[in-house]
Amino acid sequence: MKKSFPFSAIVGQEQMKLSMILTAIDQRLGGVLVFGDRGTGKSTAVRALAALLPSITVVRACPVNSAGPQDCPDWAGITCFETEDRLTPVVDLPLGVTEDRVTGALDIERALTRGEKAFQPGLLAQANRGYLYIDEVNLLEDHIVDLLLDVAQSGENVVEREGLSIRHAARFVLVGSGNPEEGELRPQLLDRFGLLVEVRSPESIDERVEVIERRDAFETDPDRFAKKWAREDRKIRDAISTARGALGSVKVSRAVLRDCARLCVELGADGLRGELTLLRAGRALAAYRGDPALGRAHLRAVAPLALSHRLRRDPMDEAGSSSRVLRAVDEVLA
Amino acid sequence: MSGEGATSAWERACLALHLLCIDPAGLGGMAIRARSGPVRDAFSDLLVRLPLKLVKLQTQIDDDALFGGVDVAGTLAQGRLVRTRGLTRDVSALVLPMAERCGTGLAARLAHVLDAGGHSLILLDEGAEPEETAPPILTERVAFHVDLTDIGRMEATPVPVPDLDAARERYGRIPADAAATRTLAALALRFGIGSLRAPLRALAVARAHAALDGRNLVGSDDIRIAAELVYPHRATAVPNEPEQEADMTPEDAQSGDQSDAPTPERGEIPQELLVAAVRALLPDRLLDASTGPGRSGAFAGSGAGLRKAGNRRGRPLTSRPGRPGGQSRIDLVATLRAAAPWQNLRQAATADAKRVVVHPSDIRLRRYEEQSDRILIFTVDASGSSAMSRLAEAKGAVELLLAQSYARRDHVALIAFRGTSAELLLPPTRSLVQAKRRLSALPGGGATPLAAGLQAAAVLAAGEQRRGLTATIVLLTDGRANVALSGEADRSRAASDAEQVAAWVRAGNIGGIVLDTGNRPHGPLQALASLMRARYVPLPRADARKMSAAIGSALET
Repeated sequence: MKKSFPFSAIVGQEQMKLSMILTAIDQRLGGVLVFGDRGTGKSTAVRALAALLPSITVVRACPVNSAGPQDCPDWAGITCFETEDRLTPVVDLPLGVTEDRVTGALDIERALTRGEKAFQPGLLAQANRGYLYIDEVNLLEDHIVDLLLDVAQSGENVVEREGLSIRHAARFVLVGSGNPEEGELRPQLLDRFGLLVEVRSPESIDERVEVIERRDAFETDPDRFAKKWAREDRKIRDAISTARGALGSVKVSRAVLRDCARLCVELGADGLRGELTLLRAGRALAAYRGDPALGRAHLRAVAPLALSHRLRRDPMDEAGSSSRVLRAVDEVLA
Repeated sequence: MSGEGATSAWERACLALHLLCIDPAGLGGMAIRARSGPVRDAFSDLLVRLPLKLVKLQTQIDDDALFGGVDVAGTLAQGRLVRTRGLTRDVSALVLPMAERCGTGLAARLAHVLDAGGHSLILLDEGAEPEETAPPILTERVAFHVDLTDIGRMEATPVPVPDLDAARERYGRIPADAAATRTLAALALRFGIGSLRAPLRALAVARAHAALDGRNLVGSDDIRIAAELVYPHRATAVPNEPEQEADMTPEDAQSGDQSDAPTPERGEIPQELLVAAVRALLPDRLLDASTGPGRSGAFAGSGAGLRKAGNRRGRPLTSRPGRPGGQSRIDLVATLRAAAPWQNLRQAATADAKRVVVHPSDIRLRRYEEQSDRILIFTVDASGSSAMSRLAEAKGAVELLLAQSYARRDHVALIAFRGTSAELLLPPTRSLVQAKRRLSALPGGGATPLAAGLQAAAVLAAGEQRRGLTATIVLLTDGRANVALSGEADRSRAASDAEQVAAWVRAGNIGGIVLDTGNRPHGPLQALASLMRARYVPLPRADARKMSAAIGSALET
């Protein structure tokens, strides 16, 4: 496995980096969707994030990365509850994956050779307490999307097939990336992502040169490059850890809540998910910046990320929705 | 072989291959566009020069073969878990023939394999039509794109092998060059190449070329060659020409001076010269593609859900014997049922009497039948006769229908006919924004080449049916056909041609709806509709909403 590109060495794309950091701080935010052109560093950022995140403690033998013996599922039949520290899992969900592979299924080989009824965990089990990354998410087949929606909603994977009846925790942060020109994303799935970022390839030559130089340096000598950026990466990692701790103590005043609600009403965002996400993202940002209370500045910064994909959309509307959000922000938070 | 020598397409292709040999993984690989034939064979023979093992894939390959999986037959025979080795386990050059048929699933996986590093990908693209290309997610990751289509057999002469080992050794020591990086980045931007993978690859190519030429630093020649090899097929814009005419002479003179003495500053070549060099190699159809009503990626395997996997969902069918792969599910109950009658015999033959003995031949696979997705092919008469008053209404109706098909997740395509011919305004897609944009830009006026419009729709429908979709043609016209297939303005020929095409539609078992947008119902059009076994819906003075309601109800039944 190749070393991944250091997160802090990614040039520009501040919105994308910020939204990934925010989901890392508050896992309940509900993931990020990165939409944009090819070759803008979408996949790079996701993989970089995995290497950056604080490690988690898991029971070594547990197929669903449980934190302790009490969380381990019975069906796994674990006898040794030794724990170890591991990198946060980032599981790739390839296109064209089968349902069996995602949810897990009867272990056919064991069934046939030993006559045992055993469960073979799937990708959802692997992704528990970590990240599930779907590249080209808009090309994912519908039945897999349905399945993911259900699990992302309940945080639990229920398998009822071939005489198996198994459930296990499947709480993960969903990270998707895609190119909207190649196909639309179902609104139900769109809504399930906490934040939406649109990335563009940088237009200034200086910035582009910077990207190329860093990438080239990385490819020539990954270890040396990683070492050079290790300090910056550690800074972000520490900031994430600190922010996670501070999340509970960020004060949220009623006035700010009113602002959230007014913004969502103004934009006609569906449901209450908009307000909640806005609140959580703002709070995560406040914690990350070390501010004691959630303020308008935080809302202003996260509103386009949290709301632009929740507007009631005319499928034929082609105007950019993030500009609509910004306009509403200017009006409401004037 | 220096840059000056590589003038013919064949030599350029060979140069690209030799450069790839220097750093197969770093350069990603190569897309080769050519029909199979002696030229491609000659070129394929050269692939053995790559310092990697060549592994041939197929577009229908499953995950088990690609990444390794459980060998069910072996497991059963030996009574313990036997795994197969995936083709991608060892670092190799993956050769994918018929790359234009590669589905999104496989493409995403191969892209992942490439990103993980070490591998190199050779795409053999045999596409016949301009739209038929290898998936962009893959072509984007490989440095080179070689087109052998126009190379004659006599040109494909053997080329000497340069000293690749020495070049490879030197390649690692060539430093990154700030000026070269800047030139290549600026150039990519001028050709409208947004992706940053392109300049990265070009930079690596420039260094590889320097290494091949026996130099330890990147020179202006290397940059030019790199740009020529990496940029042309990615370009989306052609830089403006005007200044170039004027600038050409002084700069020519200047570079002429410099060619005597070695260039003082590395990487400092006038950008205009580079632009001119790359422009000379731009594919001919670039302009059609970027100025015409875009033939964008939404074609051949890059659209959403075009492919039917066929065995994972839908109504269950009876199980079948078969070999399990990554894509199919074993029907355990049926398998055990198949194995059950033999248990006494088999258990007697083996020592272990407790074990159920299953042989590979017992394995039954699950099958499902699924209703395929539907594609609506809107064929709109934009001629003068129907146009002026009714075209706006037709547009409105199509727009309403598009909104409905969004809800039903149908695919849509849009064909317009006017003047002497029909034009595919929107290739099959689910992107309604595009459909709307194309539609609103649709001009009206001219004669009515009904037969040509219907023919274009029928050809498209047949193609989509082959891909497993259910095609329905929605024809909006007033039926006043006055242009024959040949483009002649001949009313009677036009009518008979239209009838012929209609008969063909019927024979091809393609569904249809004919919406008569004339002021009064038109007898001949009704006859035409019944000829193509399509539902005929006269719409005297309809508004868009009524029209869409009519199609909606016609489709439901």
